Amino acid sequence: MTEIFGVPIQAFMGQLTIGLVNGAFYAMLSLGLAVIFGMLNIVNFAHGALYMVGAMVSWMLLKYAGINYWFALILAPIVVGLLGAIIERTMLRWLYQLDHLYGLLLTFGLALIIEGLFREAYGSSGAPYDAPDIFRGVFDLGFMFLPKYRAWVVLASAVVCLATWFVIEKTRLGAYLRAGTENPKLVQAFGINVPLLVTLTYAFGVGLAGLAGVLAAPIYQVSALMGSNIIIVVFAVVVIGGMGSIMGSILTGLALGIIEGLTKVFYPEASSTVVFIIMAIVLLIRPAGLFGREK
Amino acid sequence: MKRKLMAVVVSAALAAGMSVAQAQEGKLSDDVVKIGVLTDMSGVYADYGGPGAVAAAKMAVADFGGKMFGKEIQVVSADHQNKPDIAKNVTLQWFDRDKVDMTVENLNSGVALAVSALGKEKNKITIINGAASARLTNEDCAPATSIHYLMDTIALGNVVGKAIVKDGGDSWFFLTADYAFGHSLEKDTGDVVKAAGGKVLGAVRHPLTTEDFSSFLLQAQSSGAKIIGLANAGANTVNSIKSAAEFGITKKQSLAALLMLITDVDAVGLKTAQGLYVTEGWYWDMNAETRAWATKYEAVMKKKPNSNHASVYSATLHYLNAVKAAGTDDTAAVMKKMREMPINDMFAKGGKVREDGRMVHDMYLFQVKSPAESKAPWDYYKLKGTVKGDDAFQSLANSRCPAFKKV
Amino acid sequence: MNKTTILYLVLFIAALAAPFIGYPIFLMTCLCFALFACAFNLLIGFTGLLSFGHAMFFGFAAYVCAHAAKVWGWTPELAILFGTGCTAVIGFFVGWLAVRRQGIYFAMVTLALSQMVFFFCVQAPFTYAEDGIQSIPRGKFLGLLDLANDTVMYFFVLAIFIAGFWLIHRIIHSPFGQVLKSIRENEPRALSLGYDVDRYKLMAFVLSAALAGLAGATKSLALGIATLTDVGWQMSGEVVLMTLLGGMGTILGPVVGASAIITMQNYLSGLGSWVTVIMGATFVVCVLLFRRGIVGEIEHRLGKSASK
Repeated sequence: MTEIFGVPIQAFMGQLTIGLVNGAFYAMLSLGLAVIFGMLNIVNFAHGALYMVGAMVSWMLLKYAGINYWFALILAPIVVGLLGAIIERTMLRWLYQLDHLYGLLLTFGLALIIEGLFREAYGSSGAPYDAPDIFRGVFDLGFMFLPKYRAWVVLASAVVCLATWFVIEKTRLGAYLRAGTENPKLVQAFGINVPLLVTLTYAFGVGLAGLAGVLAAPIYQVSALMGSNIIIVVFAVVVIGGMGSIMGSILTGLALGIIEGLTKVFYPEASSTVVFIIMAIVLLIRPAGLFGREK
Repeated sequence: MKRKLMAVVVSAALAAGMSVAQAQEGKLSDDVVKIGVLTDMSGVYADYGGPGAVAAAKMAVADFGGKMFGKEIQVVSADHQNKPDIAKNVTLQWFDRDKVDMTVENLNSGVALAVSALGKEKNKITIINGAASARLTNEDCAPATSIHYLMDTIALGNVVGKAIVKDGGDSWFFLTADYAFGHSLEKDTGDVVKAAGGKVLGAVRHPLTTEDFSSFLLQAQSSGAKIIGLANAGANTVNSIKSAAEFGITKKQSLAALLMLITDVDAVGLKTAQGLYVTEGWYWDMNAETRAWATKYEAVMKKKPNSNHASVYSATLHYLNAVKAAGTDDTAAVMKKMREMPINDMFAKGGKVREDGRMVHDMYLFQVKSPAESKAPWDYYKLKGTVKGDDAFQSLANSRCPAFKKV
Repeated sequence: MNKTTILYLVLFIAALAAPFIGYPIFLMTCLCFALFACAFNLLIGFTGLLSFGHAMFFGFAAYVCAHAAKVWGWTPELAILFGTGCTAVIGFFVGWLAVRRQGIYFAMVTLALSQMVFFFCVQAPFTYAEDGIQSIPRGKFLGLLDLANDTVMYFFVLAIFIAGFWLIHRIIHSPFGQVLKSIRENEPRALSLGYDVDRYKLMAFVLSAALAGLAGATKSLALGIATLTDVGWQMSGEVVLMTLLGGMGTILGPVVGASAIITMQNYLSGLGSWVTVIMGATFVVCVLLFRRGIVGEIEHRLGKSASK
């Protein structure tokens, strides 16, 4: 059996693959955050809680209405997106003129409310949620068994991330969005409904989080607490990637997933902190983030 | 000039305050038996204890008869939100102001240690149920006032290690939460496995907040060990089990959860948890008595009780019986009775409170049934082995409690 | 003798009488968190820097002081000073890294760094992770005055609080404080006036960190425990809430806010998860409708009626 750095190549490849899967999650979540921050200048602390809502909604759909995973993939993000639209319209709207810190504080408060309500209603142990039967089982890759469901997650994330990047960077709608944030009055003067665009952007960003939640439901326990630990890592990812850059957060998310995976092999105890260490280093060398532009 | 005067006045006032304070003293009255249930009502451990623990304590009071020497027995409860600071504040107020005589449950090791120390200081009885730290009867023991009623990490290690090796699982790999609790679980269980003739092939340590265990499980898989010991708790254990099932690891290897209750199994689901080894001090479906009590509990809480709930019931009942026998709720007299009287209820037969505060009772090894084998809701376990209390728990001779250290 | 001095005098007398009416341990908890919030306010209210990881200073100082008092047997004032000193050093390194960024980025950096401190505390053996450091002895102040009695300890804590509060008061009303305020109002202008803005921010950060450490160390002796809760990010969020609720940029605001939140947590503990929801709702309401906070709102109303 050949070895890389003292670790059997099988284990090494296995960890790389898992790192890729985790990276896909980070990428999707940090994409939503980056979209919201890039367009709205709001640090959406509620992102983790809304990711949890996405998972919870799909679980609730199955339990109370018998609606299965495939419909949940579409319905849950829409529900979360609607929730996001309501939040934006009723609360965030008033904060754009103020210091950006207030947006952070408001979304932090919202995260507490959402998490508290779900904990009150459903407790904190969580419940299982099964992946659809088509994904039952594993691919035998030779060096490891990769669960079919995890392969699906990587595929779905890749598609969604690329589609988002394409829409924002390459289409007219994306151009309106970007222009609307830089100079809302001018764009509004052209007859484009900027406030509506802003609402849609926030709804889309959190919808991405909700989608990540649905994808996550079969892997992790669906519980009221699932958002609170992952949110901080995602923030670190976005800071490393550069808070305004869409492609930056996708690539950084993937890269960090892989780095974290490798750390778990060579120095597992540090796998939680490695993201923050990298963040500190990046901040020292390149404060705007790897792909970011100073705002 | 004014400033200096102010400074002198302020300092004098503070100094005067301090000397007045030193002269003060307090006195308490005891004309009613009041029990406090301190637990986590809403956080990560709410299903271990929570409202169920309060219900269990109240059931004990009701079964006792509701009154002690003609006066109504009172039960109060509080949610410590897993914050030892709050736990301490609440317990202090209970002891100093609210005339609470005994607190029970106290789940979460950080809370339990704080409460136990407080009970020692204020000479009030503290019964610890939902905390597993062995320090409660060793380095941080308070034998005059504190009883550790449910399992601890040493017992878990003993039972899981011995019983599984006996069942054929003689090569182990540990998945350990990287902090004191996980380390001690790993070490205690590992020692027992080796002493029983098994081998420990290795271990991997994961950070506390890990959500995805696939990498660590792959390492466990490549070790080839027959048993993967999960030296972690709560959400970590649940996620480990899920990932293991997902990656097909449980086809060739068995998982052993070192700290798991039936409510965790319920959270994971039988499909994923089947074949898992679990150690508990009690299970609702063991005999007619346990079933009867579980049915009464279910009528109130709408789900079956776990071993922690049952232990809270038993502890409360034992306390009340001891108060009756002693004729007073004076701490020393009641503690003496609690040590003298054996515990024979639906929770334990031949249970005994030792001089170091350790309640010794039988422990059981279970294996989780497959969905096909389970005939009813909560029918999750099959009994694989029983370990007598004296074999399960740390012997008094090995105790590191300063009051009992044999030099 | 103006209104403010009279107010302070009244509060002081109330504080002296409090332990004989109220509950010393609870009051001490309020005082420690009030000092923590005041230290935090120095940064957000007067320098305009939102640190989302301040719990790392509070909690780490608690651990260090606890270790010094329990394992090394130091007297309380030395243990507290040691805790404060260590925290100041950490504050220097964290601040040096963090001031390279502004606004939101600054907050994110402090959050991430506090997570690193949290993980360190989880794994370091001296903290005993989930169990925490328990039964911390209060010892004898200066080797003479036994602090075991709760009321005596209360006055010790009150003295520390007053010292910290007075220090913050001096800082705010000094030329240094004026520069900080100018940085908050308009950083580019302060820069153009020739002030080394980064150095001022760093100094403010270290002072804030040290005072937060003072609060944490004192709390560990007052309550006798130091646990992971003290370094978690939820604690960082709570101190932000305390300051926001009380009034950012006011001197007494954090004291009011801290007392309100501690009272709520202790007395509403029977409500379970609703406490989290209420805290979240308080955040939301304060940000949307009540940005001045309790004290800020009072000052605003009084200011309006005074100018009529």
